[in-house]
Amino acid sequence: MRILIVEDDKDVAGFVVKGLREAGHTVEHADNGRDGLFLAASENFDAIILDRMLPGGIDGLRLLETLRAQDNVTPVVFLSALSQVDDRVKGLKAGGDDYLTKPFAFAELLARVEALTRRGKTDGPTTKLCVGDLEIDLLSRGVKRAGQKIDLQPREFRLLEYLMRHAGQVVTRTMLLEGVWDYHFDPQTNVIDVHVSRLRQKIDKPFELPLLHTVRNAGYMLQTEDV
Amino acid sequence: MLHAEQRGQPELIGTARPKRRARPIIRSAGIRLALVYATVFGVSAFALAFSLWYSTVGLLQRQVEVAVRNDASALGDHFAIGGIPSLVMAIRNRLSNNIDGDAIYLLIDPLGNRVIGNLDRWPVGLTEANAWYELPVTRQGVGSIALLRAYPIIGGDQLLVGRDVRARTELRRVLQDGLLWAMGIMAVLGLLGALVIRSLFRRMIRDISSTTRAISRGDLTRRVPKTGDGDEFDELAEIINDMLDRITKLMDGVREVSNSIAHDLRTPITRARTRLEDASLHASTPDDLKAAIERATNDLDGIVAVFQALLRIAEIEAGARRSAFSSFDLAPLLLDIDELYRVVAEERGIKLLTSIAGMLPFFGDRQLVQQAVTNLLDNALKFSPADGDISFTATVENAVIEITIADRGSGISEEDRQRATERFFRAESARSTAGSGLGLSLVSAVAQLHNGTLRLTDNNPGLRAIISLPTRQVD
Repeated sequence: MRILIVEDDKDVAGFVVKGLREAGHTVEHADNGRDGLFLAASENFDAIILDRMLPGGIDGLRLLETLRAQDNVTPVVFLSALSQVDDRVKGLKAGGDDYLTKPFAFAELLARVEALTRRGKTDGPTTKLCVGDLEIDLLSRGVKRAGQKIDLQPREFRLLEYLMRHAGQVVTRTMLLEGVWDYHFDPQTNVIDVHVSRLRQKIDKPFELPLLHTVRNAGYMLQTEDV
Repeated sequence: MLHAEQRGQPELIGTARPKRRARPIIRSAGIRLALVYATVFGVSAFALAFSLWYSTVGLLQRQVEVAVRNDASALGDHFAIGGIPSLVMAIRNRLSNNIDGDAIYLLIDPLGNRVIGNLDRWPVGLTEANAWYELPVTRQGVGSIALLRAYPIIGGDQLLVGRDVRARTELRRVLQDGLLWAMGIMAVLGLLGALVIRSLFRRMIRDISSTTRAISRGDLTRRVPKTGDGDEFDELAEIINDMLDRITKLMDGVREVSNSIAHDLRTPITRARTRLEDASLHASTPDDLKAAIERATNDLDGIVAVFQALLRIAEIEAGARRSAFSSFDLAPLLLDIDELYRVVAEERGIKLLTSIAGMLPFFGDRQLVQQAVTNLLDNALKFSPADGDISFTATVENAVIEITIADRGSGISEEDRQRATERFFRAESARSTAGSGLGLSLVSAVAQLHNGTLRLTDNNPGLRAIISLPTRQVD
């Protein structure tokens, strides 16, 4: 994937660029708003990581608004130290697809960027999702593995659906809280782990090949190969 | 931005002052108020005096006119029945019986000679018949004033009927003088009243402005003095004082937080720093180094979480979140939370006894209530012994929603309960568990934002936390 990062802090930018390259992405970096806008508008990217407060007269919000005004729909993840709820709302209203506050864990950023780029591709009217021999029907809300019917609670179904939509990608606990439960804060209790392990009991336990993997220090991933 | 503000301020004061001096008198609210008072007072006093004068004097005048008319028409009847002799008889009777001492009659023949009457001669100036005249007359050699009307009689005679109104004229003059004096006194009183109002106004404003000026200079202990009358100014003073109390409380909060940050964040920061330094000095294998760095990163994440919670509480206490308020039903939200935590409780062998009312109409911030309730459940789960029940109930009664979460853990002692909602406060018994000491502060802040309360009581054993929220906000 081709990713643009617009970030003025050299250390943060260097760290993110390195991490993204290690994860197999092509990365361009701009350290101010004007260069960022120029790059974003003139070249094609799969995703943009955007700081809010930038030097060069154009801040992150302006940059994104300008971009969206030109009908550019590249997915954008805000990466900002502005952490209040209003800031988040402003960022999403300006056309941002996700909002991550600093300080952040790189695994979280990587997972969110990869999730975004995938979202853009599979948002068609799919009615069936498959990973290996596991398949779910979004219309009848039925789940089958190796032809065997599996009964899931409504919330478990939504959890599985979210994981399947992001199959092959790391999904963090925060992403699950936001995407499945619509919670925008982290409870102290390991609620997500418990729910995932319940789901695992139902979809993995009776079968030979595990599909739902735990990714250390990051989250979970649904895929046929081992992590 | 801060710099610009700091630079801007003195300039503002510098330009505002000369303007205040050059302000025209009418720009003073005190004088304007006083003028309005004087005008209203004067106009109403004038209206009162005028209506008094008009009704008294006018009534007297009309009474005299009616008496004269009646008299004349009675005499006319006499004339109609018996001609001039009957008329003369009637007049003579009236004069000799002295029915009305003020009555005036004069009958003259066509040549102008007096036939009968108590006037010596036809008054000068009375030229037209059937019209009212107020003229000086002479009665038995004494000068007076009379209201007169002449009636022509068939045959050329003329009858003059009237009333002596000297007493009434004098009464009118006395009334007029009295009213004029009263007007004068009213004007003086009005002016005095205006002056009193102005000075009252000024005094109140002075109290308020001197207090607020002192506060803007940084003396937050000052309060607007109250007169104790319970009047509007008192009310205003109270409102301002309430506002100042709130500001003081917020300032204290800020101070408290900065103190807490200094104390309570120093510990985890020290821990992270020690780990890193220790690793750089003593780690012998890359794996040791990696592990130490990972632990230090976790410590830092913990510090960030504390910061996040602090900022969130500050944001809530500042009331900034009111803009995100909306109307919604709390019941499904609480059921969602129940569903989220039920499995965790089961995992730990704890029974979650949930009972949520069917409908909990509410106006507020969805996310914050969510977070407050999950904080309480986090706590309950953290302190519950295995196989101890947790009860999670929500009821609505008298427009107050009560969300209760009670556990069977060690609870909080009586004196610690008072302080449990303070930032960073951790009861002695909780020191060994993980946590920042901010959970209950946040719950309390959320309850207050919604004009509600958080109460902590004993569950014998354990803790019972009750959030009371009004279904509707009262401003």
